[in-house]
Amino acid sequence: MSTLVEAPPATNSPLSTVTARPRPFRLVRHSLALAKRSLIKTWRTPEALIDVTLQPVLFLVIFVYIFGGAVAGSTHDYLQFLLPGILAQTIATGAIAIGVNLNTDIAKGIFDRFRSLPVPRSAPLVGAVLGDFVRYVIVTISTLASGYVLGFRIDSDPLRAIAGCLLAVLFALCLSWLPVLVAMKVRTPGAVQGLMFALIMPLSFASNVFVSADTLPGWMQTFVDVNPMTHLVAAVRGLFLGTPVGSHVWWTLAWCAGFVAVFMPLALRAYRKKI
Amino acid sequence: MIEAEGLVKTFGKTRALQGVDLAVPRGTVLGVLGPNGAGKTTAVRILSTLLTPDGGTARISGFDVVRDAERVRQSIGLTGQYASVDEDLTGRQNLELFGTLLELGRTGSRRRAAELLEWFDLTTAADRQAKTYSGGMRRRLDLAASLVGSPGVIFLDEPTTGLDPAKREDMWDVVRSLVTNGSTVLLTTQYLEEADALADAITVIDHGRVIAYDTPEGLKRVVGGQTLEVRPADPAQLPRTAGILTGVGSGAQADEIRKGVLAVPVAGDAALTESVARFAAAGIAVTELSLHLPSLDEVFFTLTGRTAADDDTTNRTEVAA
Repeated sequence: MSTLVEAPPATNSPLSTVTARPRPFRLVRHSLALAKRSLIKTWRTPEALIDVTLQPVLFLVIFVYIFGGAVAGSTHDYLQFLLPGILAQTIATGAIAIGVNLNTDIAKGIFDRFRSLPVPRSAPLVGAVLGDFVRYVIVTISTLASGYVLGFRIDSDPLRAIAGCLLAVLFALCLSWLPVLVAMKVRTPGAVQGLMFALIMPLSFASNVFVSADTLPGWMQTFVDVNPMTHLVAAVRGLFLGTPVGSHVWWTLAWCAGFVAVFMPLALRAYRKKI
Repeated sequence: MIEAEGLVKTFGKTRALQGVDLAVPRGTVLGVLGPNGAGKTTAVRILSTLLTPDGGTARISGFDVVRDAERVRQSIGLTGQYASVDEDLTGRQNLELFGTLLELGRTGSRRRAAELLEWFDLTTAADRQAKTYSGGMRRRLDLAASLVGSPGVIFLDEPTTGLDPAKREDMWDVVRSLVTNGSTVLLTTQYLEEADALADAITVIDHGRVIAYDTPEGLKRVVGGQTLEVRPADPAQLPRTAGILTGVGSGAQADEIRKGVLAVPVAGDAALTESVARFAAAGIAVTELSLHLPSLDEVFFTLTGRTAADDDTTNRTEVAA
C-alpha cells in the first residue's frame, strides 16, 4: 500500500473536472455502454439463462407429446403448429427477468452511482432493456434448435424465417418496458415475478398459441382477437410455415409501438420518482 | 468547494434534516460526525444531486445542486454505503464503464482504469469479479470508481465503517493524498478519531441539526482530548502506576476506570512514549497501554447531555430513501 501515498490520482490538473468532450447522441452511447454491462452480467451468470434455454425445450416436448395426438391428430403436425407459439410464449416470459433483475439492482446501489454521474437519467434503464436483446436471441435459437431435433421444419424461405425471429425479438424488447415499470412500482423481486406471470399467462393461454382460435367460445374469441400474443403467433406462424400472414405483422408492430409509447414513459417517470 | 445553507429534508414524518449549514473551502476536508440516523447520508445525497432538498440551497463549485445538477455531476465523485460498483463486473470493467460514461473515450477509459487500479493496489485483482474482493479491496474499488473523472469535489460517506484498523489507516492515507492533490473532501463518519485524523474542520450533526462546528483541536478542547489507558501486569502495582500516569498526564489524577485499568487525560501523543520510558525505569510491567479519543457516545454526551442512542426508525427511513 505504500504506493498509494506516492502516486498522484489525477492524470491532469487535480482540480479539473471531467474533461468531457461534448459529443452527440449521448443517450445512445451511454445506453449502449450500459447495455454492454448487462451483457457482461448475463455472460457471467449463465444459470440466469435457464428460463430462455431450458424452458422452450421442456414446453415443446411436454406439449407436443402429450397434446399432439389429441389436438392435431399427429405429433408432427402439432409441432409445426405449436413451435411459433412456444417461441412467442417463452420470449414473452423471458422478458420478466429484466424486471426481477432491475428490482434487485436498484436496491444494491449501482444505480445511485449512475445517477451521480453526468449520464442521461433514462440511460441505465434503456441500457438494461437493450442488453436483454441477447437473451431473446438465445430463446429463438434454443426453441428452433430443439424444434429441429424433434422434427420441426421451416416451410417458407430463410428470409421470412429470419423476419419471424426478428419480429419475436422486437416484441420482447418492446414488451419488456412493462416488467421494467412493474419493477419500479413494487418492493421485491418476487413481487415482480408473481405479478408479471399473472399478466403474461392469460395472454399466452387465451390465444392461438396452443390451439386454433376457432375452437374457442365466442366471448373468448373477442379477447383472443385483440390479444397481442395472437397477432405475434399468427405472424410468426405464417412467416415460418409459408402461409398467409394477413395483417398480423402490422398488428404486432402496432402493439410493439404501443408498449413503448405507454410503458416506457411510465417506467422512466416511476424510476425518477423511486430514487 | 461546497456550500449549503438551511438544508431541510423530510421523509414522511421523519425530519431527516432540519436546517443544516455546511461549508467546505476548496482543498480542505470537512468531517461530518454523527450517529446512525443523524442525517449525514441524507445531506450527502442532497449535495450529490441524488435527492432534492425540501428547503435550503446548496452549491458545489458554485453550481446549484438542483438547478445545475448536470454541472454538479461533472465535478463530483461519490463513494458511500450506497453508491457502489457492479459486483458481477470485474474491477477493470467497472472502472472502464465509468470512464465511458464520463466521456473519456475508449483509450482514455482504459488508461484511467489501469492507472487507478495500479494506484489502489488492485492490479492483480483487476480481472476478477468485484464480488470476490475482500472488504478492504472493495472499498478501494468503490473509491477508485468515484475518482475516474478526476473530480474536484469528493464525497466519502462512511468510507471506513466495517474496516479493520489497519485497512482504515490505509484508507486514511488515500484520503490524505487526495487532499494533497487539491481535492475538496466531505467525509462522514461515526468516529471522532477518523475526523480528527483527516479533517480540517468538523461538523457534528444530531437529529438533522448541526450541534457543533469547529476545528478538531477546538472540538477536542470541548469534548476532552486523548486519554491514556494502562493495565499493569501486577494489580499490586496500581498505586505506583497511578503516580507515574498522573505525572505524564495533563494535570488530572489518574483514575481506575475499569478493574485493573487506569486512565488519565493527556495533552498529546508524546505522553505515550514518555509513560513507556517511565514505566521501564520504574520496573513496572504493563499488559495494556493505549491512547484514546473520546468515543462518539462521549462526544454526544458532552455536547448534548444525553447519549447518542441510535435512533433506529430514523435510520431505516434514511436507508429506505
